[in-house]
Amino acid sequence: MEENKKTCLHGHHTSQGALMSPFGGFDMPIQYRGIVEEHNAVRSACGVFDVSHMGEVLVTGDDATRFVNYIFSNDVTAAQPGQCLYGMMLNDHGGVVDDLLVYKFSENKYLLVINASNIDKDEEWIQERMNDSNPDREDGMPFRIDLELVSEVVSELAVQGPEAEKVVEEVLGIPCADLTFYTFKETHLDGHDILISRTGYTGEDGFEIYAEDEVIVDFWEKLMASGQCEPCGLGCRDTLRFEVGLPLYGDELDDDITPVEAGLTMFVKLEKAPFMGRDAVAKQKAEGAKRKVVGLELADKAIPRHGYEVLNEADEVIGHVTTGYHSISLDKSIAMALIDARYAAMGTPLKVRIRRKTFPCAVTGKKFYKKSYKK
Amino acid sequence: MIRYSETHEYVRQEGEYGFIGVSDYAQKQLGNVVYVDMPEVGDEFEAGEEFGAIESVKAASDLISPVSGEVVEINEALEENPRLVNQDAIANWIVKIRLSDPSQLDGLMDEDAYRAFCEK
Repeated sequence: MEENKKTCLHGHHTSQGALMSPFGGFDMPIQYRGIVEEHNAVRSACGVFDVSHMGEVLVTGDDATRFVNYIFSNDVTAAQPGQCLYGMMLNDHGGVVDDLLVYKFSENKYLLVINASNIDKDEEWIQERMNDSNPDREDGMPFRIDLELVSEVVSELAVQGPEAEKVVEEVLGIPCADLTFYTFKETHLDGHDILISRTGYTGEDGFEIYAEDEVIVDFWEKLMASGQCEPCGLGCRDTLRFEVGLPLYGDELDDDITPVEAGLTMFVKLEKAPFMGRDAVAKQKAEGAKRKVVGLELADKAIPRHGYEVLNEADEVIGHVTTGYHSISLDKSIAMALIDARYAAMGTPLKVRIRRKTFPCAVTGKKFYKKSYKK
Repeated sequence: MIRYSETHEYVRQEGEYGFIGVSDYAQKQLGNVVYVDMPEVGDEFEAGEEFGAIESVKAASDLISPVSGEVVEINEALEENPRLVNQDAIANWIVKIRLSDPSQLDGLMDEDAYRAFCEK
C-alpha cells in the first residue's frame, strides 16, 4: 500500500497530540482538543487549519484566460486581477471533475486550488484539455499556455473566525484589513513570497495563506505561541462547512453529480464563451434535474450519516444522505441529501433509515446556519 | 464484577443482571458523545450481537453485547444527556439485561487484562 503523504506540519500535529487519519492521500489531523471545542472556537473567535494537502496548479501564458475560462464554469473574464472565483471543472456530461478556487493574477496568470483527493485526476484532466482545440480561436489551434503543478512546494494555512483579521495582522504581521471578501494579494515577509486571500470553508470571516514550508511552519508556531488561535483538525472543518451548506467533493459533488443537481448553477456562467460541460448543464437546466441536493431536518436526535437511505412516506428509497451531523451550532440533527427532485419541495415529509429504524424528517434549505462573511 | 470485551464494551454483573456500557477507553476515543441509540425493554440479544450504537460528532459506532440476555431497563438519562457517557462511562451504563448465561463472563477480560489489551 502506498504510504500517505505528510504536510510540513505533520511533526507539529503529532507532537501536539492531534488525532491523525488519512484524508485525500495525506495523513491529516482530524482533531486536536475536540471537534466541538474547535468548531465553537472558529464560530466565536479564531482557529487555524493546516490545509497544505490542497493541490495548486499555476496556469500561465498568452492563452491563460481563454484556457481557464474553457475548463472552469465561472467567468474569469469578468474578474479583476486580485480576485478569487469559486467554480467547478465539468466533464462532458456536466458532472463535476472538481470544485475549486481560481486566483486571477493577470490575464496571463492564474492559480487553481483543487481538492487533495483529486490532485492526480485533475492534473491529468487539465493536461488533456490542453490538447483540445481552442474553441475560442478561429484557427482552432491548441492553447498557448504552461501548466505548473506546484502542490509539492506550496503549503497552506486557513485562519478562520471573527477574530481572524486581528490575529493575522497582530500575530503574523500581515496587513489584511484592506482585503475584501474573495480578493487576494501577494506580499513579502523576510524575503519570502506570501499569498493571502479573504476566503475560507467555514462560513466565517477568515483568510487562506499560501507560502513555502518554512514560512507556514513559522506562522503555525507563532499562532500556537500567541494563545489566540485554536489549532483545528479536519473534523470541525467538515462540521463548519456543512452547517452553512457548502459542498464537499465526494459528498455533495462527484463526477456524476451536476451543478444543477447540487444547486450551484450560480457558479456556472452559461452566457460566456463555450466551456467544458456547458451544453450538458444548459440542457439539464432547461429540462430540470431529476435529482436535487436538499437539506433535511430531523425531529429526533438520531444522526443521519453519509450513505444512509432517504425514503418517502410509502417507504420507497428516493435518495441518500450526502453529509449528516448532530449540528454543533444548532443542536439538532440535520443532513444534506441527494434525492429524487419530485420530493425536493420545502417542507416535504420524508424519512431517513438509521440502522434498524426510520426517522421522520422534513426537507429544508441547505443553509442551516447563517454565514457571517465580512464583505 | 466487571468484564470487558475486545470491542470495548463492559458488563458489570449484579446477581442475575448485567449492566452494559462502553469502557472509559472507548469514550475517550469517541470524544463528545452526541447520541446513544438504545434497544427497547424486552429486546433479546446474543453475545456478539449488535444492540445499538453510540455516536460521536464524527461517526457512529455499533454497540456489541458482550453477553446474551434480555433488556430489562435502558438508561433513559442518556436520551436527554448523552454526554454523561464522557463524564463517567462506568456509572452511566447503557442497558441493564437479565443474563441468560452468567458463565459467559468467564470468557471476557478482567480490568488488568483489558488495560493490557488497550495498551497493545
